[in-house]
Amino acid sequence: MFDQYIVCEEGFRARSDGRTGGVVEVRMPYYRGLTLSMVEAVDLTLDGQPVPTERTTFTVHGNSYTFAELPTVTDDRWEMGERAELAFETDQPLAAGEHDVAVSVRLRISYMPVPGGGRDRKRLLLAA
Amino acid sequence: MSTPEHRIKRGVSLYSFQEEYFLRTLTLEDCIRVAGDIGARGIEIIPEQSIPGYPQLTDEFVETWFAWMDKYGTTPVATDLFLDTKLYPDRRLTLDEQVASVHRDIDIAVRLGAKVIRAIINTPPEVMEGAAPYAEEQGVRLLLEVHAPFHYEHPWILDHLEVMHRTQSPALGLMPDMGTFVEQFPRVVSDRALRDGARPELVDYIVKTYDDHGDTHALMDIMNYRHGGPVEIGLARQATHYIWTDPRSMLPHMPLIGHIQAKFYEMTEEGTEYSIPYDRIVPVLVEGGFDGYLSSEYEGNRHVQDAFPVDSVEQVRRQHAMFARLLGEQKDPVLPTPRTLGAGPGTGPHTTGTGSH
Repeated sequence: MFDQYIVCEEGFRARSDGRTGGVVEVRMPYYRGLTLSMVEAVDLTLDGQPVPTERTTFTVHGNSYTFAELPTVTDDRWEMGERAELAFETDQPLAAGEHDVAVSVRLRISYMPVPGGGRDRKRLLLAA
Repeated sequence: MSTPEHRIKRGVSLYSFQEEYFLRTLTLEDCIRVAGDIGARGIEIIPEQSIPGYPQLTDEFVETWFAWMDKYGTTPVATDLFLDTKLYPDRRLTLDEQVASVHRDIDIAVRLGAKVIRAIINTPPEVMEGAAPYAEEQGVRLLLEVHAPFHYEHPWILDHLEVMHRTQSPALGLMPDMGTFVEQFPRVVSDRALRDGARPELVDYIVKTYDDHGDTHALMDIMNYRHGGPVEIGLARQATHYIWTDPRSMLPHMPLIGHIQAKFYEMTEEGTEYSIPYDRIVPVLVEGGFDGYLSSEYEGNRHVQDAFPVDSVEQVRRQHAMFARLLGEQKDPVLPTPRTLGAGPGTGPHTTGTGSH
């Protein structure tokens, strides 16, 4: 329902923690917030290459988690419309300019017999 | 023609403003303000949607909430609960955990001053029964939403009715979602499918089958036989999720009905809902002596957002102009203003989405 808003056009940037890689801001394609244990996947494909989950971390309102941790997190939520930060590591520094950013979100919604979520793909500009 | 006397009130679920709230173009306070402006004075809120930090509500938030109610002339009416039975990846919630989840949401409704709680359709009858004593003690009603494709003869609803009739708990009841009275396929949904590349002849087939109130069970298979892709199959699935039943099917259950979710997909510029015949629904509610809130639930945004500006406030305003007319209110405080959205081409389904409400 909010698939087209998953990938935020603003906020795409290089990491600032000395590691190579970047940060993309993402929103959940759902009409309410959800406890993080039900966020099954936020998969990133950068310039056509899937980024391994173990090279990504997920941050909501200042709290950072690995995707290995998320299934156990029942005391924090991804709020409706909240811009979460999906940080990722790459082997080489990100080049300035346009990047193809695709994000697929999978949610475990209790009233649905099949996985919920959605996907979005945008071209984002990384400032030099 | 005069409308018989009734005590039906008008309200809005803030679900209606999900597009604007999601995109942060309306704050929670803005949503309440526009509700008051429109004359939709009963507020229904989804705490998990609109209150960051749920399930914790600070005293400061609660104080602000009631201040908004005073300021904008609105009243808290209902909260909507969810039941996350799949909270953990490796097991489902036990019965006790499910009842505890409902108790938590009862406490939230009480703090927000709402007397009615929407129990989501996946709430099992035994959970309703288990939570009823606490709801009774707290002076709130737990109302099971009767959401399409369910209806009053469906075994899942019959099991709930059995609990309601056997326990005679005043805390249990029903909350009909008007999405069970979709007489005509919403064109915003079929138009979206066309924009998403669906083959027009297959879209026509689905819409015609639905509008003829034909057998929709095999539509997904037929789309497959006709070499339809994900968009056509998704549209077919949508057609199995809307239902049309006679609104009079609510009448035998009126004593249990405490709130109406007035679902809608498109209010036209002419001031009617394209798919749902409110002009035949409201008289049934009047006849049945319904005395709760008609609570707007706009769900068209997701079908038009790809191609058109979404104006949920205008859509709700038009629905309330229609309600005011159908309820025989003397003065119409919410004359619709012409805008772009209403008669625009509609749109189609998001099949990978996260369910409807």
